[in-house]
Amino acid sequence: MTGSPVTPAPGTLTASRRRWSPRRRARVFRAAQYVVLLAVLVAVGLAVDWANVGENFFNAEAARQILPQLPTAFRNTLTYTLAGFAVGLSLGTVLALMRLSAVGLYRWIATVYIEFFRGIPALLVVVSFGYAVPIAFGVNIPSVTTKAALALGLVSAAYIAETLRAGIQAVPKGQVEAARSLGMSHGRTLRTVVVPQAFRIVLPPMTNEFILLTKDTSLVFLLGLAVNQYDLTKIGRDALNNATGGLTPLFLIGACYLLITLPLGQLSRYLERRTGARSRA
Amino acid sequence: MTAPTTPAAASAAPVVRVAGLHKAFGEREVLTGIDLDVRQGEVVCVIGPSGSGKSTLLRCVNLLEQPTGGTVEVLGVDVTDPDVDIDQVRTHVGMVFQQFNLFANMTVLENCTVAQRQVLKRSRSEAERIARANLERVGLADRADAHPSQLSGGQQQRVAIARALSMDPQLMLFDEPTSALDPELVGDVLAVMRDLADAGMTMIVVTHEMAFARDVGDRVVFMDGGVIVEDGPADQVIGAPREARTRTFLQRVLDPTHTDVA
Repeated sequence: MTGSPVTPAPGTLTASRRRWSPRRRARVFRAAQYVVLLAVLVAVGLAVDWANVGENFFNAEAARQILPQLPTAFRNTLTYTLAGFAVGLSLGTVLALMRLSAVGLYRWIATVYIEFFRGIPALLVVVSFGYAVPIAFGVNIPSVTTKAALALGLVSAAYIAETLRAGIQAVPKGQVEAARSLGMSHGRTLRTVVVPQAFRIVLPPMTNEFILLTKDTSLVFLLGLAVNQYDLTKIGRDALNNATGGLTPLFLIGACYLLITLPLGQLSRYLERRTGARSRA
Repeated sequence: MTAPTTPAAASAAPVVRVAGLHKAFGEREVLTGIDLDVRQGEVVCVIGPSGSGKSTLLRCVNLLEQPTGGTVEVLGVDVTDPDVDIDQVRTHVGMVFQQFNLFANMTVLENCTVAQRQVLKRSRSEAERIARANLERVGLADRADAHPSQLSGGQQQRVAIARALSMDPQLMLFDEPTSALDPELVGDVLAVMRDLADAGMTMIVVTHEMAFARDVGDRVVFMDGGVIVEDGPADQVIGAPREARTRTFLQRVLDPTHTDVA
């Protein structure tokens, strides 16, 4: 286009080439973001006293003190998580089916349950299982793992139920109708057609539930634990009281949690990819 | 209920006998008194404007919709009787849907064998032999190991027909089988349906394909507003409709640019 004004022929755009076209503006803006990010990183790097940070987060002596306790605590955390998830998944499945039931009373009960346990802090439930529940109901639950599984599972079931319900409802109705039109019973249709498809849909949110549950096991110390029942967070907190290494114990504990949760995310993505490749509708 | 009817016995009684059928969704009346008999080997095409209740009528035949009044006899069994084992009746009634509804978690072959094995209790080898024969019949023998998502709409619909045929049905229901297809894929599906009709299958076809209805249908039923307005030989209903509403509808369908309705 030349600089001189031209009368546009019919059907051509008069528009012009502004110095700051939207695309050019976006490009400049993007470059500016990189510059700002770099400036912040440099500023933080210069401002922080790295020796002090090292002393507080990577103190070798403090690490040596807590290291012998880690394997047991790691195993305990895993046990509480798995047991809690087993309860949560079983109860959650029942609740999800109740939410989808044709019987109004079942739907109502499930809804009340879910709203209640979703709405109160998990901490309250764990404390209840440590003190109030054994007294109020006159039952003595001897095993800490059982108590932890029930307390965490009851809470987790509320979330899992909603995840499962959404997953089942996300399977297109036509899939059910096709199965029923071939003479499959309601239950058989669920097992062969609905659940396998719902599984793939709920995989990512279910991984979320598991990771949240893993972190919620940090509450089980409220049940009152013997030393060999300590979970990761409990030994980390105790180590803080007597160690000189600042936050080193917490840093190690955090790494242990990531050791559990990061592979889960990987596994979930792998499963999703594998089933997704074959079954995308 | 009676035992599953053999074709010989069915030729005496109609395959489908709908009498005084009513269906309402809440307050909304969709079917208001339908009477329809379909005899052995007959191809009945149901046409009519959208919302006229065509699909609902079809879905009442295999009880995907629960009628609110009247009776529906299929192969001599009144499916509206709550004591009837509807799953057993459905194994004799194939259904093809507008949206294909192939099982997304299974291969083409598994789609065609799963109900044979689980419901009819056929062995794997027998079910696969029957499935492959039917895939051959619809021209898709080479796609047995594909997944539904890898097929075109026309191919998916032909697999859906093969899946229904693998149950050895005595009646086939088609619910607008070509309405979701790209125009160039419609022909393949209609050709399969035409072969099926020529082979003597009893069929009820809800369709907007007037040429198909006229050529392949023995009878055409025109529905409007929840009732059957006209029911007669295909050539007569489409070629020389008696009812004004049928004429109006056909004019709109056959010549959409013609707005001057009679």
